[in-house]
Amino acid sequence: MTEPILKLEGLTKYFDTTAGGIFSRKKGTVKAVDGIDLEIMPGQTVGLVGESGCGKTTVGRTVLKLYEPTSGKIVFEGRDITNLSRHDMKPLRAQMQMIFQDPFASLNPRQTVGSLIGATFDIQGITPPGGVKVEVERLMERVGLNPEHVNRYPHEFSGGQRQRIGVARAIALKPKLIVADEPVSALDVSIQAQVVNLLDDLQNEFGMSYLFVAHDLSVVQHISDRVIVMYLGKIMEDADKHDLFSSPRHPYTKALLSAVPVPDPIKGRQRERIILQGDLPSPMNPPSGCVFNTRCWKVQEKCRTDVPALIQIAPNHRLACHFPEPA
Amino acid sequence: MLKYLVRRLSATLLVITLVSMSVFIIFAYLPMDPARLTCGKACTPPIIEANRHRLGLDVPVQIQYGRFVKGLFVGREYGEGAAKFECPAPAFGYSFNKHECVATLIASAFPVTFSLAIGAFILWLLLGVSLGVLAAKRQGKWQDKASTVFVLVGISLPTFISGILILLLALKFNLINPIEMGRWVSPFTNPLGWAWNFIFPWITLALAFAATYTRFTRSNVIETSSEDYIRTARAKGLSEKVILRKHTLRAALAPIVTIAGLDFAGLLGGAIITENIFNLPGLGRLSIRAVLIDYDLPVILTTTLLAATFVVVMNLIVDILYAYIDPRVRVA
Amino acid sequence: MTSPFLEVKNLTVSFPTEDGLVRASNDISFTVARGETLAVVGESGSGKSVTSLAVMGLHNRRSAQISGEAILHLESGDVDTISAPEDVVRKLRGKSMAMIFQDPMSALHPYYTVGDQISEAWGLYNEGSKKDGIKRAIEMLELVGIPEAAKRVNEFPHQFSGGMRQRVMIGMALVNNPSLLIADEPTTALDVTVQSQILQLLRDMQKEFNMAVILITHDLGVVAEVADRVCVMYAGKIVEQAQIDDIYYVPDHPYTIGLLNSIPRVDQLDGRRLLAIPGQPPSLISLPTGCAFRARCSLSHLVPNNLCATKVPDLDEKLTGHFSRCHLTEAQLSKARTAPGDAL
Repeated sequence: MTEPILKLEGLTKYFDTTAGGIFSRKKGTVKAVDGIDLEIMPGQTVGLVGESGCGKTTVGRTVLKLYEPTSGKIVFEGRDITNLSRHDMKPLRAQMQMIFQDPFASLNPRQTVGSLIGATFDIQGITPPGGVKVEVERLMERVGLNPEHVNRYPHEFSGGQRQRIGVARAIALKPKLIVADEPVSALDVSIQAQVVNLLDDLQNEFGMSYLFVAHDLSVVQHISDRVIVMYLGKIMEDADKHDLFSSPRHPYTKALLSAVPVPDPIKGRQRERIILQGDLPSPMNPPSGCVFNTRCWKVQEKCRTDVPALIQIAPNHRLACHFPEPA
Repeated sequence: MLKYLVRRLSATLLVITLVSMSVFIIFAYLPMDPARLTCGKACTPPIIEANRHRLGLDVPVQIQYGRFVKGLFVGREYGEGAAKFECPAPAFGYSFNKHECVATLIASAFPVTFSLAIGAFILWLLLGVSLGVLAAKRQGKWQDKASTVFVLVGISLPTFISGILILLLALKFNLINPIEMGRWVSPFTNPLGWAWNFIFPWITLALAFAATYTRFTRSNVIETSSEDYIRTARAKGLSEKVILRKHTLRAALAPIVTIAGLDFAGLLGGAIITENIFNLPGLGRLSIRAVLIDYDLPVILTTTLLAATFVVVMNLIVDILYAYIDPRVRVA
Repeated sequence: MTSPFLEVKNLTVSFPTEDGLVRASNDISFTVARGETLAVVGESGSGKSVTSLAVMGLHNRRSAQISGEAILHLESGDVDTISAPEDVVRKLRGKSMAMIFQDPMSALHPYYTVGDQISEAWGLYNEGSKKDGIKRAIEMLELVGIPEAAKRVNEFPHQFSGGMRQRVMIGMALVNNPSLLIADEPTTALDVTVQSQILQLLRDMQKEFNMAVILITHDLGVVAEVADRVCVMYAGKIVEQAQIDDIYYVPDHPYTIGLLNSIPRVDQLDGRRLLAIPGQPPSLISLPTGCAFRARCSLSHLVPNNLCATKVPDLDEKLTGHFSRCHLTEAQLSKARTAPGDAL
């Protein structure tokens, strides 16, 4: 059996919120990520979806140790990296890269595209065969940028092209895992498809794994092999894409899917729609029992008191619900 | 809210205590020796030692500080025997140069400084804000350009030049009597005389400050005008006048409270140059004399401490005011 | 069919800049009747927001050059909001036509309670005390589904969630019973479960007030859910206009066909490769000659005589009630529709 490229065991990340200036005191704890277990296999794309505040972005950043986890374990290629120092992480950074949502904010405006992409090699002290310059131009060409634009600055590119720069930078060292945090949500519809296709092609070519964090279920559905649904820091459901989208078992997954508008008016009119009442509860003060109980239309007394465990209900299908939907 | 106030007040007190301690420590370790400086021409080591004792500097700094704090609350005696003086609480110290309790000196200087500060403050707020709004509303027009010139001049012209210019003009046109100049007139007995006494220093200070406020108001009004909620106000059908008055200015001027409060607090510590030019016996002149001429330690200490206190207390007031203006920073 | 409430004719909005004239929207014509929802779809820079702001008279008349007409058929007579004096247009805003915006976080004034803001809008066109205004605000908050409205009317916008703020915005826009509501990306900033709440609310409110609704969005899924008719915009021009079903099932412009093929859908699990439209939209300062979509269109080679590069296509009625701005024949477009993989 192949070993997972990434394994998270009981990962938690809490943020303390404080109030006041000099005499700041702890106001509360936001349980952004609250006990996440997941595995990503080599070459696999795992989609992480949920609404704002569900902790999906925090998971992505904690995996890359941009945040220090509060507890739990991060295992990368069989090696526990949870407590590695910055210094010890450095060689691993070549193996794990990130693509950000806002391609403009993540690129230093004073550096040319060539030096932005080339910097990846300098930081790791690696000289690619043929030299940095040749390699940068090759990368630019690979992601669909004109290599002649190597000396231009980020502001001279459109949003889609900037995201291509971000992608070129991420793949420069041929990482084994890329965490993509809402990589296409800032882009226009007609440009989104270009970047999604590019990510698809690069995966076929280099065989890296993606942890694809996004709120747009349509995009996640398209690109992922497996999809994990999060709500208030916890995994609600985790399944193979086909299982999750054709027969969701968790009421939240079902509601989420039914809320996604389909570009098909007749189908849209016929579709059963579950409109959830109310808003997401504050992650500072999550409900007791099942975190979804305040908005669930199937809620029973048990849901308010007992936290449902995330259990395996079928091969490649995990679920945390006391009263799941029929398969 | 009450809890917040108590917390903020105790923080403020702590800061003031820390400031007073640091001032004490700084003065204790300065290379100048007040005991020698007050010693006169025929100085011998025994006289210096006697002076040191008389000034209360012959004990460790923490005991000096303890005596100082105690004096604040219960009053304090200075000197011994025939040369004994007593200052009632709050006793900040005794000035052996002026032969007065420091509290008395402050009590006579503070009204002057306060009068100077409050008048200048009102004047520069009115001038700065209205010019700023005008410039923002007439962006790119001659009014805007004129205000830019005003801002440049105001910022680049130091008060010791503008003050002297204003003083010379006032003297040339016989607007002030050089002999009467700077004599304290109480606003309660003769409000007009008081205002006339301060009008030129007010203008001097207001010119310097108004420039900053013009620039600040202008950019804030322009920035706020492009906010989404201003577009919403327009979509509701409100007139431009109401939008400006009720929606734009409320948001654009809120940050001014912070700067204005701190600027005002800074002035309360004494406007050294302006007070000197116009011969106003305020805190600024008191402290600059104490530093440059008399090396009058108790006065320096007190004015420093007062200036710091004004800033810290005003900071608290500003924060409370701001919470009142902007509901987002209000504590739940 | 009912007569239109709003008739936009040849509306053109340009902004002079240092780099040249930005032709933000160009020769736009459409109508919308009461009880009807017209969706205006396009990507950023397609001119969809600019057009609606012009109808509302919300462009700065000094910085925007506007021509054409936007006629409101009011009971008191017709008013062209483009040529009417600023004061006349202002008094139509909030009363005959209202607008809600994309980001409910920033569209409400942070320093005033929601009650104050709604009652201010009400007070503009109604006689009554501040108390009456607050009473009306509570009614509106109840209508748009805010629980405990009587209590929440005294709260500030930051105390509401994003979805609740959008409800407040809708309540405020509807307080004077407008005949036209323009919703500019009303759900783009919201989570998907909240989005479906707000779309439902908009549908309910449209029935309640019998309003003409213009929905501006980039999301073809949202359009499919709420619109009766659709205008597709590209580079400042309407490229296709039709009834809702026609747009999705018989798209008649290469851009619309391309868009529909390029979006991933939750109801299609086959994982087929997305048929992306290559390239990017042209700059509005230096629009290409001929058809603005030409450079990204994979069918333009089928048009003889290089016509796509020389002549701007007209918005022709190629099928009944279905307009398209393209030089291709209906037969060619129909082929592209059915076998997108081959043609595009």
